[in-house]
Amino acid sequence: MPVANIQVSETPMVLYTLRRADDALILGHRLSEWCGHAPMLEEDMALSNIALDLIGQARELYTYAAAVEGKDNDEDKLAYLRDVRQYRNLLLVEQPNGDFAQTLVRQFFYSAFADLYWRAMMTSRDATLAAIAAKSEKESAYHLRHASEWIIRLGDGTDESHVRAQTAIDHLWAFTGEMFAVDDGECALIHAGIAIDPGTLRGRWLTTLSDVISEATLELPQNDWMQQGGRAGRHSEHLGHLLSELQSMQRTFPGLTW
Amino acid sequence: MYTQALNTAEADDRGLEDAARAAQFQARIDAEERIEPNDWMPAAYRKTLTRQISQHAHSEIVGMLPEGNWITRAPTLRRKAALLAKVQDECGHGLYLYAAAETLGTSREELVDAMLAGKAKYSSIFNYPTLTWADIGTIGWLVDGAAIMNQIPLCRCSYGPYARAMIRVCKEESFHQRQGYEIMLTLCRGSDEQKAMAQDALNRWWWPVLMMFGPPDATSQHSDTSTKWKIKRFSNDELRQKFVDATVPQAQYLGLTIPDPGMTQDADGHWRYSEIDWTEFKQVLAGNGPCNRDRMAARRKAHEEGTWVREAAAAYAAKRAHRQTAQAAE
Repeated sequence: MPVANIQVSETPMVLYTLRRADDALILGHRLSEWCGHAPMLEEDMALSNIALDLIGQARELYTYAAAVEGKDNDEDKLAYLRDVRQYRNLLLVEQPNGDFAQTLVRQFFYSAFADLYWRAMMTSRDATLAAIAAKSEKESAYHLRHASEWIIRLGDGTDESHVRAQTAIDHLWAFTGEMFAVDDGECALIHAGIAIDPGTLRGRWLTTLSDVISEATLELPQNDWMQQGGRAGRHSEHLGHLLSELQSMQRTFPGLTW
Repeated sequence: MYTQALNTAEADDRGLEDAARAAQFQARIDAEERIEPNDWMPAAYRKTLTRQISQHAHSEIVGMLPEGNWITRAPTLRRKAALLAKVQDECGHGLYLYAAAETLGTSREELVDAMLAGKAKYSSIFNYPTLTWADIGTIGWLVDGAAIMNQIPLCRCSYGPYARAMIRVCKEESFHQRQGYEIMLTLCRGSDEQKAMAQDALNRWWWPVLMMFGPPDATSQHSDTSTKWKIKRFSNDELRQKFVDATVPQAQYLGLTIPDPGMTQDADGHWRYSEIDWTEFKQVLAGNGPCNRDRMAARRKAHEEGTWVREAAAAYAAKRAHRQTAQAAE
């Protein structure tokens, strides 16, 4: 019975693409959990919209990863038939939604990075990644604006919203370092002009954060310990539960067309 | 459809209105003119429409829950994106309809509070559970199909903002209906297990969907005024029959069996269905459907847990306005 996990030949290029695809899918999935349950209808719409953008990015990236790999994998096999140890997303994006502040801070940290990242990737020597970047950059710019406006509203809103926003920042801060880490495979891609060095984005990312967070009357944490492991499949306990839900149909009814 | 519990007893208030203006109003309706928000209208017309449009809006919002139940479990990424977009559309319809209702003078907050307090109704259909993926196909095919049947005539409703809202809503519902049917088609062309899943969903949803059109004409008390005001253009039974006639061939094409062994086709080609269990309908309207409590609890939870967010947004907006005023004064 074909229920087993697929095997992926993780060449540096496949792995690189898969990591970005997993980021987009897992964050999109998390945001989609809000649909029907948001604090106001406008945010039901907005969070669903952002989720749709991210799931769209994931589909393009998975399809490209499968094409680069050149076996018989496809977007759905990559999404539905890999287990938690095979997922390559950032720890940040798999963190639970928590309250609205936690969701928006998670989005803010990620979008502030994604906005810079995709803009830089538009110059990738890989034409497909550059094209995906051109589309994703426009979307990320909007996601960042949406998240930034909420960080300011929550931080400079009521006492309660201020505390909740600061708590979320303090809680999620340790998951941000992973966005800027690279391994040997990625270094080679950076060298070849296919990938960009995320370390070069960190200064501008911090400036965006500082500007918004100070306008929100909030503070960035001082601690610099950064949690890592997602890129290598060492996840938090949260991801397994997310995947068991995401993959339930494909695992229960293997090999069917839906 | 989404306003099946409509009660227009207030129509009697009309006697208090100025008779000449009422006659002029009715003449405009009879001439197929659209009534706009700033136009004079009888108090009962305003009240009837506020209730109908807000019930429709509540239905869109509560209706996000049964389908939202499958967003995180959709079987493929394509299906996941399509379902999420669909549920987002329903939210958009709700927002659009609340805005249409607000043109009649009641705020969205008041309308939502009435729903959360259990004082306002929403469509009975959303009190049934979505147990399998085939339920998502069935809802698109039948529930949205039934909604379209009811809402197409509402595009010609005498109240302008509602009629215009319905034009857009119907376009999107039509897309949803085709999407649902395509899910069913895929299931019915799939494995025996998938086909059984499709049949099981049809068996569970068929009768509740027929109930969506509201009580039979013989017992329906409110059609007269709504018909006279050109809010309602077809009776419940007329719409129900149109729906059944359109749906039976679609089920046949899928190879599915309508769960009504007594159904016959008469000489005119109409498919005559068996007696509907109106006791079940009344129980669901009374709050005793399988999911009434869950639906209300989910909406109340979202509302209550969102209170601090809405308060923060309001507080920030007030601070900002205050700062701008202070700056302008400098």
